[in-house]
Amino acid sequence: MSAMHALPLWAEWAIGLLAVIGGGFALIGTIGLVRLRDFYMRLHAPTKASTLGVGCALIASMLYFSLTGRGIVLHELAITLFLFVTAPVSAHLLAKAAMRGPRSPRPPDPAGPDLPLR
Amino acid sequence: MNAAPNVPAPGGPLDLLLGIALLLFALAALLAAWRLLRGPEAVDRILALDTLYVTSLALLVLLGMRLGTELYFEVALVIAMLGFVGTVVMSKFLQTRDIVE
Repeated sequence: MSAMHALPLWAEWAIGLLAVIGGGFALIGTIGLVRLRDFYMRLHAPTKASTLGVGCALIASMLYFSLTGRGIVLHELAITLFLFVTAPVSAHLLAKAAMRGPRSPRPPDPAGPDLPLR
Repeated sequence: MNAAPNVPAPGGPLDLLLGIALLLFALAALLAAWRLLRGPEAVDRILALDTLYVTSLALLVLLGMRLGTELYFEVALVIAMLGFVGTVVMSKFLQTRDIVE
């Protein structure tokens, strides 16, 4: 029950380092989610960093299953593409929902006093 | 005997690094859960839930690598789709206060 196809050492290091880099990105994103003080700042941090982190983990998984299994495995690309398409959409919808919120008003207009919007 | 797991060699660098990556993602999930519980308003909680499902997706992918099975891939795919739909529906509800438009 040992490893059927032993990975070469460079592949082990490459896959492992990709996974660790992905974990670092995800951790930085959620630290931003916890530490930043405004909702719009908090929206900024995890939507980028976590997507990048998951992308790294999925690339690592693709490499791993391609190098150990039967031929090239690409179906992690489905998750990657789906995440990269949907993350901006959900962030946009969250920002629009926050502008309707009771306690998180619009950021002040840098050009001057507020004009009556809509 | 085609179900023999294809695990990374125990004690090798991949085993160790995958453990570290799993730990980092788990810490990220914990921080997101903290924001989910604390978040001053509903939008923060929705954002934290979004981050939480993305992080748990990565956790499942890494766990599948570590256990040498591709079963967790389908779980990750379903989580990605349902999580996106959930985020869209909840933020639309906050915008319009109405589910059925």
